[in-house]
Amino acid sequence: MLDAAILGAVLASIVAAATTLLLASLGELVAERAGTLNLGVEGMMIVGAAVGYATAYGTGSLLLGTLAAILAGMAISLVFAGLAIWLATNQVASGLATTILGLGVAGLIGAPFVGTRLDGAPALKVPGLTDLPVIGQMLFGQDAFVYASLALLAAVTYGLARTRIGLVLRAVGESHAAAHALGHPVRRIRTLAVMFGGACAGLAGAHLSLAYTPFWASDMTAGRGWIALALVVFSAWKPLWLLAGAYLFGAVSILQLHVQGFGLGIPSQLLSALPYLATIAALVAISALKRGQGAPASLGVPFVPDR
Amino acid sequence: MRKILSMAVAIAAGLGLAGAAATGALAAEKLKVAWVYIGPVGDFGWTYQHDQGRKAVEKEFGDKVETTYVENVPEGPDAERVIEQLARAGNKLIFTTSFGYMEPTLKVAKRNPKVFFEHATGYKRDKNVSTYNSKFHEGRYILGQIAAKTSKTGTIGYIASFPIPEVISGINALMLGAQSVNPDIKVKIVWANSWFDPAKEADAAKALIDQGADVISQHTDSPAAMQAAEQRGVKAFGQASDMINFGPHAQLTSIVDNWAPYYIERVKEVMDGTWKSTDTWSGMKDGEVVMAPYTNMPDDVKAMAQATEAKIKSGELNPFKGPIYDQTGKLVVKEGEVLPDKGILSMNWYVKGIDDKVPGK
Repeated sequence: MLDAAILGAVLASIVAAATTLLLASLGELVAERAGTLNLGVEGMMIVGAAVGYATAYGTGSLLLGTLAAILAGMAISLVFAGLAIWLATNQVASGLATTILGLGVAGLIGAPFVGTRLDGAPALKVPGLTDLPVIGQMLFGQDAFVYASLALLAAVTYGLARTRIGLVLRAVGESHAAAHALGHPVRRIRTLAVMFGGACAGLAGAHLSLAYTPFWASDMTAGRGWIALALVVFSAWKPLWLLAGAYLFGAVSILQLHVQGFGLGIPSQLLSALPYLATIAALVAISALKRGQGAPASLGVPFVPDR
Repeated sequence: MRKILSMAVAIAAGLGLAGAAATGALAAEKLKVAWVYIGPVGDFGWTYQHDQGRKAVEKEFGDKVETTYVENVPEGPDAERVIEQLARAGNKLIFTTSFGYMEPTLKVAKRNPKVFFEHATGYKRDKNVSTYNSKFHEGRYILGQIAAKTSKTGTIGYIASFPIPEVISGINALMLGAQSVNPDIKVKIVWANSWFDPAKEADAAKALIDQGADVISQHTDSPAAMQAAEQRGVKAFGQASDMINFGPHAQLTSIVDNWAPYYIERVKEVMDGTWKSTDTWSGMKDGEVVMAPYTNMPDDVKAMAQATEAKIKSGELNPFKGPIYDQTGKLVVKEGEVLPDKGILSMNWYVKGIDDKVPGK
């Protein structure tokens, strides 16, 4: 039933499907490790998709579109940062507001582009390697977003664990009072972390509107921002487990379509729910194994320095 | 989380409606007409086409109407709230444009007897509730014929949304059309369990193509599947809108929904005081189901499609004309008979030759 060609195509699709989630959740992970819970991922992502598409369509350059998407995600994240960090409002409410704002703004920006299309980001072609059976397409036939997401994962993993910036960021997330007492600018660091989250969400949006389905349609993120948020929690705030979660989710969501195509008679509603069930089960199991690796202690708590 | 979001969106929608109500009071002589949409107006599919119909109403009546719409309204309790608010905001005619709004529409209609309601694709009516729909299955029969002629692998891919009668009858009509050309044709069905999720629709199209389908048909709302077909070099049919722009080499044709004639007629009836509760099911001959130009196919296939289209318009051909067998081989529609509309509108079985189970059965 599964020959090498199908298997190769399936593997390649899984990696591509997981990339949007990996990009968005990596950014949110950094923001949360610094102690801010930003529920605005979906909003930042959709604005990234809209601005990225509009820019690429207008200039004809996918690179400019991608950069614009990153900047747009950061701009929307600043709305959240201004409210939740500098005005110390409730983070959950501010995040929800950011998402609603983002969906509206994106619809407005994208409206003139409904019904247009772009040639999406090209896939890599390495003579010899891309044509390898089974794994060729998956490893050497993806678009630039896929490789960027993996580079970003490596950078975030290394940065959080091994650099001074990472140490300070984690300190701010674990105990903002202590970090403040040591003289670290808590709110500025959190703002930068949230902006990084916005940049990643914008990039994830660009992946959708410039590579995955290179056109603009309102609400085209279709809830992927929320899945990215959930992945951060279930991965217990560890970048590598995030990778596992995102790829597992991608794998099950692609495989369930193939299972339906083969007509095995499993109810499609159950299959559609499988990516969620499988990801929850796997990540709960992972986090249960490592006790004591909970949320950053200051997550979601506004910081107001004493004057 | 998504629940929180949809709640928040519903609240936001409510606020928006309050604003609409305030401006409406100033212009009391205008007829206020509202639409409730399942997706965003920018989906370039189902909702987009309904909104084109709304714009046609505005263009036709100008100052005499004031239109409002609420997009992204989830089916269920949220829909009831939104419809109720629209009724209270002074709208005299409300179009609810998704199957799942059926019960909410009826409930709100009972409480607002002076407001007229129009529910798309449903089958329950009341004194002040009409239903309307298009015979999309007429178009799908033609798609089936084209697909069977075009496919080299003998496998048609079908991206379905939800197992409701409209979708099931579309699959059956396509299969019957295809079998009329090639009795051994296969159709592979993938349920997206969503009306609108571009990335998932693209994934579904790619999965079907990877499994050997070389003509893709869809009953979901975005052009993602068309674009995926274009990338992979196979053929596809557009849905709701003409999607040729997304598949210049892939699109064979699209079934285009044209709601404008119906919307204009109904608004006029409310203005004239002649509105009655009706059950309208228009098709190709009424200009409500329109086939986009036949492209990317040989001339003989095009001629066949045009001939079938003419026969459906003249009433000579009915896609659900017997003999029709179900999957178990039972004769459902006898030779020479035609499945009545009621049978199509409540269809929950597959015709013979489809290798799939109706979900939930």
